[in-house]
Amino acid sequence: MSMKVSTRQVDGITILDLSGRITLGEGSVTLRDAVRDVLGKGEKHILLNLGDVSYIDSSGIGELVSAFTSVKNAGGDLKLLSLTKKVKDLLQITKLYTVFDVHDDEAGAVAAFTK
Amino acid sequence: MGSELHNTPTSRHSLTLSSTLETVDRVEQEAEAIAVRCGFDEDDVSNIAMAVREAMVNAVVHGNAYNPAKNVTASFQVTDADLIIQICDQGDGFTSEGLPDPLLPENILRGSGRGVFLMRAFMDEVHFRLLAPGTELTLVKHRTAVENAA
Repeated sequence: MSMKVSTRQVDGITILDLSGRITLGEGSVTLRDAVRDVLGKGEKHILLNLGDVSYIDSSGIGELVSAFTSVKNAGGDLKLLSLTKKVKDLLQITKLYTVFDVHDDEAGAVAAFTK
Repeated sequence: MGSELHNTPTSRHSLTLSSTLETVDRVEQEAEAIAVRCGFDEDDVSNIAMAVREAMVNAVVHGNAYNPAKNVTASFQVTDADLIIQICDQGDGFTSEGLPDPLLPENILRGSGRGVFLMRAFMDEVHFRLLAPGTELTLVKHRTAVENAA
């Protein structure tokens, strides 16, 4: 199953709803392009909703990290929402769980952005 | 490898495939199916499949560099004690020595370099052996815990 992305705005925050697999190839490229498009529009507060992401491999993890640094370098902030157990475990194993600001509910995540 | 010395194979088969991302997916799915048949629990099945995926990515992308003239061979061996998976490529040869630790603060925000780390995290044994040419990567998951739980 390839990855799909839809974009919406909530209180000035761009939420990317991701679904499927973020793996080497199409999934990673789709995520990279989506974040690049959002940054290109000048939107720098980005919330990645991973609630429907069933699987991430090391390439997908790398893409999340690259997205995080790209947004930070642009002066913005990127947070994660609704991690599945599998994705949460992966971020903990790789010690990235504390690098990302991770939230379980959307309203709390949106409110956590400094605007 | 010690596991081969005292384990009697109960089944063994191999696939020789082209150097494509479709091959990566196919071998990952094969590993998942075999891990299920071995009786591993859901978490272990997922972890084994991911370790094999990372090994296949190494072989296809870094080893064979997508070269259509080079193949990847994936071998699956099930013994009473272990699930043993070997991935061989025909690349320039790869050794895990000197790989940067992805957990170090200076590497934590790198966009790559976590594949071998994840293999080691999810499997009981990971061995690299240089071929001429290529690399043989062996992944072992012990079935002892499965038997104890049964």
